[in-house]
Amino acid sequence: MATICDSKIPAGPLEKKWSKHQAESKLVSPANKRKFEILVVGSGLAGASAAATLGELGYHVKCFCYQDSPRRAHSIAAQGGINAAKNYQNDGDSVFRLFYDTIKGGDFRSREANVYRLAEISNLIIDQCAAQGVPFAREYSGLLANRSFGGAQVSRTFYARGQTGQQLLLGAYQALERQISLNAVKMFPRTEMLDLVLVDNHAKGIVVRDLVTGEISSHAGDAVILATGGYGNVFYLSTNARGCNVTATYRAFKRGALFANPCFTQIHPTCIPVSGSYQSKLTLMSESLRNDGRVWVPKRKGDNRPPREIPDSERDYYLERKYPSFGNLAPRDIASRSAKEVCDEGRGVGPGGLGVYLDFAESIGRLGEKTIRERYGNLFEMYHNITGEDAYQRPMRIYPAVHYTMGGLWVDYNLMSNIPGLHVLGEANFSDHGANRLGASALMQGLADGYFVIPYTLGNYLANQSGKKASVERPEFKAVEEQARQRVTKLLSIRGKRTVTSFHRELGLLVWENCGMARSAEGLQAALGEIPQLREEFWHNANVLGEGNDLNQSLEHAGRVADFLEFAELMCLDALDRNESCGGHFRVEHATEDGEALRNDDDYCHVSAWEYNGSGKQPTRHIEPLIFDNVKLAQRSYK
Amino acid sequence: MNFNLKIWRQAEGSAAGKFVDYQAKEIPAEASFLEMLDIVNEGLIARNEEPVAFDSDCREGICGTCSLVINGVPHGPGKAKTTCQLYMRRFRDGDTIWVEPFRVLAFPIIKDLIVNRSALDQIVEAGGYISVRAGSAPEANGIAVSKRDADLSMEAAACIGCGACAAACPNSSAMLFTAAKISHLGLLPQGQVERSRRAVSMVRKMDELGFGNCSNQYECEAVCPAEISAGFIARLNRDYAGSAVKEAVLAE
Ligand SMILES: Cc1cc2nc3c(=O)[nH]c(=O)nc-3n(C[C@H](O)[C@H](O)[C@H](O)COP(=O)(O)OP(=O)(O)OC[C@H]3O[C@@H](n4cnc5c(N)ncnc54)[C@H](O)[C@@H]3O)c2cc1C
Ligand code: FES
Repeated sequence: MATICDSKIPAGPLEKKWSKHQAESKLVSPANKRKFEILVVGSGLAGASAAATLGELGYHVKCFCYQDSPRRAHSIAAQGGINAAKNYQNDGDSVFRLFYDTIKGGDFRSREANVYRLAEISNLIIDQCAAQGVPFAREYSGLLANRSFGGAQVSRTFYARGQTGQQLLLGAYQALERQISLNAVKMFPRTEMLDLVLVDNHAKGIVVRDLVTGEISSHAGDAVILATGGYGNVFYLSTNARGCNVTATYRAFKRGALFANPCFTQIHPTCIPVSGSYQSKLTLMSESLRNDGRVWVPKRKGDNRPPREIPDSERDYYLERKYPSFGNLAPRDIASRSAKEVCDEGRGVGPGGLGVYLDFAESIGRLGEKTIRERYGNLFEMYHNITGEDAYQRPMRIYPAVHYTMGGLWVDYNLMSNIPGLHVLGEANFSDHGANRLGASALMQGLADGYFVIPYTLGNYLANQSGKKASVERPEFKAVEEQARQRVTKLLSIRGKRTVTSFHRELGLLVWENCGMARSAEGLQAALGEIPQLREEFWHNANVLGEGNDLNQSLEHAGRVADFLEFAELMCLDALDRNESCGGHFRVEHATEDGEALRNDDDYCHVSAWEYNGSGKQPTRHIEPLIFDNVKLAQRSYK
Repeated sequence: MNFNLKIWRQAEGSAAGKFVDYQAKEIPAEASFLEMLDIVNEGLIARNEEPVAFDSDCREGICGTCSLVINGVPHGPGKAKTTCQLYMRRFRDGDTIWVEPFRVLAFPIIKDLIVNRSALDQIVEAGGYISVRAGSAPEANGIAVSKRDADLSMEAAACIGCGACAAACPNSSAMLFTAAKISHLGLLPQGQVERSRRAVSMVRKMDELGFGNCSNQYECEAVCPAEISAGFIARLNRDYAGSAVKEAVLAE
């Protein structure tokens, strides 16, 4: 069964693979580039950088996003920063170290070759972005500043205040707008991809809905690139933007693309806790806060004295206690799980006991309030605005929240899925982060994929595709369009009694409880029993008002929730199938004596790539073995 | 908390719109303004009435998607906040709240509270970039940028592109938006080569799109969620005046 997941990793030593592959990749002549039309779905870091760069190279590009402007893609919200192996701080960083940290951080569930390439390319990204005018933080010398982030022991993170994602995205967006002005790229905002069209088993087009007029139509191209982001909103509450969805990648899955490691999701330890059922999203408090904040809960269960009245001796600084060498900077999955543990023990703080303290008193005492204000002023303000509490006076309350999805469509070294012509970039693919992503590495990956990988690897597919573009008049397009229309009609004709949001919320809670920070066979089996029932009820009892030929937000949401209701099952199935703990995937049955994740390298050192077999049928699991030639598999230890 | 809402409803761009009364009942004080509208919409759907259409995405003040005029003020009461960052505890129980879309000629209404702001993209398209192809960049530390310039550039670059500045301006001018982009790029050494051309093209495009002129009212600065300083407008004027001369010279 291995052949379907042929990773196409080039032979040769790790450090030479990418340069060799670049040299051997097929070129498309300028005259031929003009003849190719590339459909890029998504305008986040991955999509915007790919669309702009392919436009610069001379391809005809169409780019799609659901927002009213490409600049509003969810990448805009990233705060902390972007990693690169520049070693400007002379603190021992190198391409190999960034590679190693990323592989280890991912708990040895990603491909060596891809991650090494990512680390190599990281430096080019910083050059590119600085040249575009990204206003990175600088030192007084005028040179670029760095900080240590997400538990890394070197300072390799580049940042632009607390708005790094915004500034990197604006750089890519501006490059994209430039290509639009040159007619190399045509932009389709407020347009949602509903399905993928295959012609002779190659990805040759998409079916979209114009979100303003409701019109459903097709676009044909020589290749399709999905850069549609992650599926964290399957949990309903997450730090993702409201519109983030799984539709594009899930529809591709239903057309035959393999979905890899769907159960690898990241729960971020420092978010503002949930305060009520009306809540529409969760807000991340940058991880940089953990550099100066100390995490604790009361030692005693049910101790509800105000935090300042609890003496130091009655507090449990549990991260410092359990992980003396990393302390409060322990990686995300570990910090999140530990927070859950203490809350499960009844020692959580705040409403419902679902919170832990992040306390700045000690660092305010040591550095002065002024310094803390300079470092985190905007975050403290944001916290105050949302909770009404002053974190200079009392510790912040934080709790883990869904943040990122490592799983995604399976791709080979060229970033092409198993469907010829279908390429997948950014958070939408599964490629680089294994079972846990390190901080400041998603921005790096999105831009690496778009600016520096796909422009080289796309040629390998296109080289023999001349003249194979299909017309949208072909029956393949008409058939998919018709299915999309029927689905809209069906959604609008249910006219049941429950709102779409109530289904989404229920699904979210179900997967949060059973496929969240701690997972058990029993819980997953229960969820696998309940999800189909909820889906069944959705299709009989959801109430989607309005018309199809109009701007209809209920309809948009309904379509996305319908896909989440199917996708959730795949996620739980994968979690049940993976009988080990690794990274963000923690199966309670597989823990060491002191409660740490216990991997099973003998049986699970592989990528699980799922193939759709039709509605109501169990998908098939394919395996891509992960081979480690350059690093030794070790138990991840942050003690 | 309970509120009386007067919300602008308009079926589509060409239809006539009007304010419609709604009651928002039992709203938690910790809810955001948009979550309050979510609750109202859930109630409407339960009564088989079409929910109110409004734009939002990140709901944390950075994407620039949300765009409401609340009690006559773009993004509502309070400084340096987007609509999605406005919390109901700011209002008094029983308040009457007026909710309408951004009203700018260059932002046509699409439906209810949703407007089309693609004019802002067109201004950027006209020259709001540095023309550097992927792969052609020099080593990042090869060009030093003084910390002062980098910080000031970042202040301008923080614009979230929501368009509240134009919505607040009595002349519907997009001057603050345009000035922010021109300053972000013009303050950096990398942005010098195209500086004149950028200013001329962007300002021309802005005029062409039907945005009004700036008459120094500073309403824009007051509502800007990213606290972009109106001082950047002076910088735009300098770049523009300087370059108009240059272009005239070049045209000879
Ligand atoms: C609050 C927050 C903070 C973060 N901070 C950091 C950080 O400091 N450092 C870091 O490295 N990473 C960070 N991340 C992660 C990182 O931001 C994302 O993983 C990354 O930006 C994803 O980029 P992308 O281009 O893959 O997708 P996105 O930016 O999500 O873009 C997706 C695009 O696809 C489009 N799209 C989606 N579905 C459809 C459809 N069906 N039809 C048409 N278009 C569609 C959207 O319109 C959008 O343009 C953070 C994430 C969050 C939520
Ligand atoms: S929804 Fe993103 S800024 Fe308000």
